[in-house]
Amino acid sequence: MPPETLAGPGGKPAQDVIHNIGYRHYDGPRLGRGYARRSLFSQSLRGAYGLGRSAKSKVLPMTLFAVMCLPAAIIVAVAVATKMNRLPMEYTRYAIYLQAVIGLYLAAQAPQSVSRDLRFKTVPLYFSRPIERVDYVVAKFAAMASALFVLTATPLVILYAGALLAKLDFVEQTKGFAQGLVSVALLSLLFAGLGLVVAALTPRRGFGVAAVIAVLTISYGAVSTVQSIALARDNSDVIGWLGLFSPITLIDGVQTAFLSAHSAFPGGHGPSAGGGVVYLLVVLTAIAGSYGLLMSRYRKAGL
Amino acid sequence: MIATESLSKRYPRVTALDRLSLDITPGVTGLVGANGAGKSTLIKILLGLSPATEGRAEVLGLDVATQGAEIRERVGYMPEHDCLPPDVSATEFVVHMARMSGLPPTAARERTADTLRHVGLYEERYRPMGGYSTGMKQRVKLAQALVHDPRLVLLDEPTNGLDPVGRDEMLGLIRRVHTDFGISVLVTSHLLGELERTCDHVVVIDGGKLLRSSSTDEFTQATGSLAVEVTDTDACPDGTAALHAALAGAGLATQPAGRAADGTPASGRVLLVDVVDDTTYDTVRDAVVGLGLGLVRMEQRRHRIAELFQTDGGSHEAAHGRPVETGRPHERGTADAA
Repeated sequence: MPPETLAGPGGKPAQDVIHNIGYRHYDGPRLGRGYARRSLFSQSLRGAYGLGRSAKSKVLPMTLFAVMCLPAAIIVAVAVATKMNRLPMEYTRYAIYLQAVIGLYLAAQAPQSVSRDLRFKTVPLYFSRPIERVDYVVAKFAAMASALFVLTATPLVILYAGALLAKLDFVEQTKGFAQGLVSVALLSLLFAGLGLVVAALTPRRGFGVAAVIAVLTISYGAVSTVQSIALARDNSDVIGWLGLFSPITLIDGVQTAFLSAHSAFPGGHGPSAGGGVVYLLVVLTAIAGSYGLLMSRYRKAGL
Repeated sequence: MIATESLSKRYPRVTALDRLSLDITPGVTGLVGANGAGKSTLIKILLGLSPATEGRAEVLGLDVATQGAEIRERVGYMPEHDCLPPDVSATEFVVHMARMSGLPPTAARERTADTLRHVGLYEERYRPMGGYSTGMKQRVKLAQALVHDPRLVLLDEPTNGLDPVGRDEMLGLIRRVHTDFGISVLVTSHLLGELERTCDHVVVIDGGKLLRSSSTDEFTQATGSLAVEVTDTDACPDGTAALHAALAGAGLATQPAGRAADGTPASGRVLLVDVVDDTTYDTVRDAVVGLGLGLVRMEQRRHRIAELFQTDGGSHEAAHGRPVETGRPHERGTADAA
């Protein structure tokens, strides 16, 4: 029996004898639900970049983060060196252009965030503590969205800083930057929701990764193929509506309609302002729907 | 600590708890029942995670229906199943769980170091938990239930999957949680013998109904028995059988050789004699001497609680008088484990 049994119940702390302290009760503050939710949020957000985890799990997120920022740095370098009068790429276009990187990041980190807790049955430990289902879902959702926002907004910050360094028009650049931020914020929420819902369906991390990639690439591949066919047949009205069926084209549609972006749709046939309202509604519904699905997913995952 | 009043939980097909009324006082309480007896359902309700169909329950004087969050802040829970991610260290994991219980970061670190030391994890706490033995994992699971210094811990089958030594260590630890830490314990098990050594009080439920609730002392007092082992001699080729006959002749109740007190098979050379009073020892001694046998050992044994429930919680005399209940508690034990 270890020596600490020598001290009686509620033994007094004996600071000078380390090996002989009895059990000490905790009289300090208990910060409750809100604090626990914030702790879970920060732990999940850090975890999404491998911080506080093994060196191995930092490699992929950090690499993808670097890959995401590199083109922005190059663009800035070129713009400053050649004294361009505008950046060669719109702020709103950047995320669309690098969507594969965002998709990979989401596929790697969404299962990391939720499948692990399901797979190793850690979820009951959370729910046997003050936090409730809603706290868990909100914390995980917010953490994933924030991680994606960091990933997508950082290159925009680089672009903006570069644009100011190159002494481009301040008002025009600030407006573009702000529109870009709104766009990637929406994108982060939408992608985080979809990624987490797909990942939470399976406790197997590998399936989660594959499923997230499949959802993102298959939907985008299908939509852009059909759009190209529509373009070839001069059916430009349809192109605008087809974008409703894949996450990245949804964001494209919204920013084309409201954030003065130029659409990346084939032929540049983005939705009109009226169509944009539908796009925005679909995006918001998808975000709310993901939240609802996650909530119902964890109803059964308690003890 | 815990009080329930005609607590019922009905699912569309099954009744998990049926008008269960309990009053559990501070100390170590064992909750015994087969799988499906309603143990887990009861724990879920006590943690305020599942509403009762009818009746009410209080934990630490807090109503489970309305004050679930407050209860969960002051209660620790150790689940039956594995719940540890393999790629983080015990320290990181327990710190995180401490913060989930509302402890500020610094306090969470200090309490984690303390608690892991108390459950007996030292250097290995910095290694990823994937490489831990079952015993170490159980200790971490216990530590995460204790880290926020709860007033009550609910331990669900803490000895599951442990070898006999690990089992003993875990039971000793559970005992210390109460005696040294001053934390009350509700521990579930389907093995009665285990709880006998650890608990002050045992509650038996079956099919969601209360079968019996009383203190461990009450169960085991005055039901001592004596294990006697003798040698064979040329005169008595089967010394054990000869002694059995002699003792029966002297009017002492003896279990047949080869059968432990709880009916499980035991060594064929050990005879269990019921202790009536102090003269029993003399009678046994005289009988052994009279037969000219060598006395290998004579030791006191308590009856197992299991024996008391052999006839579904019927009176202990009933179970006692019948030597034949062949291995029923044993069968129950294995069936439950399945």
